[in-house]
Amino acid sequence: MSVLVFLDQAEGHVKKSSFEAASFAAKIAEQTGTEANGIVLGEVKDDLQSLGKYGIKKIYHAADAQLNQFDDEIYTALIADTVKSSGSNVVVLSNNFNGKAIAPRLSVRLKSGLISGAVGLPDTSNGFKVKKSVFSGKAFANVEIKTDIKIITLNANAFKVTEGSGTATIENITTQIPRRKVNVREVNVVKGEVPLAEAELVVSGGRGLKGPENWGIVTDLAKALGAATACSRPVSDSGWRPHHEHVGQTGLTIAPNMYFAIGISGAIQHLAGVNRSKTIVVINKDPEAPFFKAADYGIVGDAFEVVPKITEAVKKLKGQK
Amino acid sequence: MKILVCISKTPDTTAKISFTDNDTKFNESGVQFIINPYDEWYALVRAIELKEKDPSTIIHLVHVGPAENDAIIRKALALGGDEAFRINSHPGDDYYVAGQIVNLAKEQHYDLIFTGKETIDYNGSSVGGMIAEFLELPYISLATKFELNGNTATITREIEGGEEVDEAALPIVVSCQKGMAEQRIPNMRGIMSARTKPLKAIEPVAIDPLTSISSFELPAPKQGVKMIPADNPEELVRLLHEEAKVF
Repeated sequence: MSVLVFLDQAEGHVKKSSFEAASFAAKIAEQTGTEANGIVLGEVKDDLQSLGKYGIKKIYHAADAQLNQFDDEIYTALIADTVKSSGSNVVVLSNNFNGKAIAPRLSVRLKSGLISGAVGLPDTSNGFKVKKSVFSGKAFANVEIKTDIKIITLNANAFKVTEGSGTATIENITTQIPRRKVNVREVNVVKGEVPLAEAELVVSGGRGLKGPENWGIVTDLAKALGAATACSRPVSDSGWRPHHEHVGQTGLTIAPNMYFAIGISGAIQHLAGVNRSKTIVVINKDPEAPFFKAADYGIVGDAFEVVPKITEAVKKLKGQK
Repeated sequence: MKILVCISKTPDTTAKISFTDNDTKFNESGVQFIINPYDEWYALVRAIELKEKDPSTIIHLVHVGPAENDAIIRKALALGGDEAFRINSHPGDDYYVAGQIVNLAKEQHYDLIFTGKETIDYNGSSVGGMIAEFLELPYISLATKFELNGNTATITREIEGGEEVDEAALPIVVSCQKGMAEQRIPNMRGIMSARTKPLKAIEPVAIDPLTSISSFELPAPKQGVKMIPADNPEELVRLLHEEAKVF
């Protein structure tokens, strides 16, 4: 009996979302009186022993260059084998792009129940129940897994990273790697930008900004804060911003520490994608904008006047020039 | 070329979410139901576009649900598609739904299986990956572009902070999202022809769901907004730093 967490890497570095997943797995292990182990696939530049500080006892590492590039079918095979060989009964993954591709496969391969998008620790007082986000963030469901092995994917920013002082032991795994059926021809990642899905701070713009040429006030504030940028659906539909920035019911659902909305009225579909944000700030010239009802802080005013002043104040506070 | 498009029924995006029966059931009263937007706007419309390019393409639709959902399936048929199958059962969980679809797929041998990236009610994002695993097929999740060249598909999928271009030989399973196609409105001809398109109800195979929902809850309401005058934006920055401690 143990907990196994999949620690996702990109370009040789373990992702931040995996630290959350590791902390979450360690807490489940503590709750159920067992230990948490991790699995890393592909060559890494990071010191894997240091992942012990998140409460991970042992890392199973398949350091094969063929695994550097993600493949859901191959990753699933290796994770499933490790679940069996380590006798794990809880498997934790991040509910990110890769986790969403692997977790359903694991569920079928291990014939084990999956809860995707968990927002809290399991309740093990009577069975095994996990709270997950449903209706695109408008509600939660408590879902019970009935199988011996439980698979959970954890939503980004849903569990705080906890750091202690442990050191993990490394167990290298060597295995036959299945043939790759999907060939990756290109990977285009925008460098230097904060990925929206796991960003802690997000600055977002809506139709109130009137056109793509006015986006400077959004990106300047985002840069000063070290935040990711996002937008509402009409903005991405009009092609003012790339569609991967669209947050809302039919776009990305996010839960950052702060969501800063500029010129977004706050339609119910938009709120669904952002209302789990810890702090919501709304700047809108319309005092009747529904977004103010869902906000923690608000300013009624002209974004083109107010936002540059906010950016200046942030820079001053952070000692930036 | 034979394509299967998986269709779910979900509450309208503007629906007010509440629960009944001691918070164990979704309150359907006054709620409009629609085809899950990802299934309709991206999966189905992209399949129709492929058929427009190659008219020999056959599009099947599949839905797991009771007879009352036929109206939703007819709506999908009005957009396009040749034939629909309704697996006559309440969708238990992701695993149950995937297993039912796989049962149909094993008989019909599809070249392409399209799902939406997730349903907007359960947000599982799992049925596509499960189908792929059952059938031992490649799975391209969260696809934003899909092109076909003979038997080879070139697919763009979203990854953290960017995108990846993949190539795979058919048959494959693809979950579709924004970018795949443009939303369409069914025309009168489509609506008329949908009435006579075959819609077969088939009985489910025995599969035990692996999970079940025990209860629902709504998020705690916000404390109320703190308004800051427009001429003092510095105060907002101070509050964010000292009170909310967001940076």
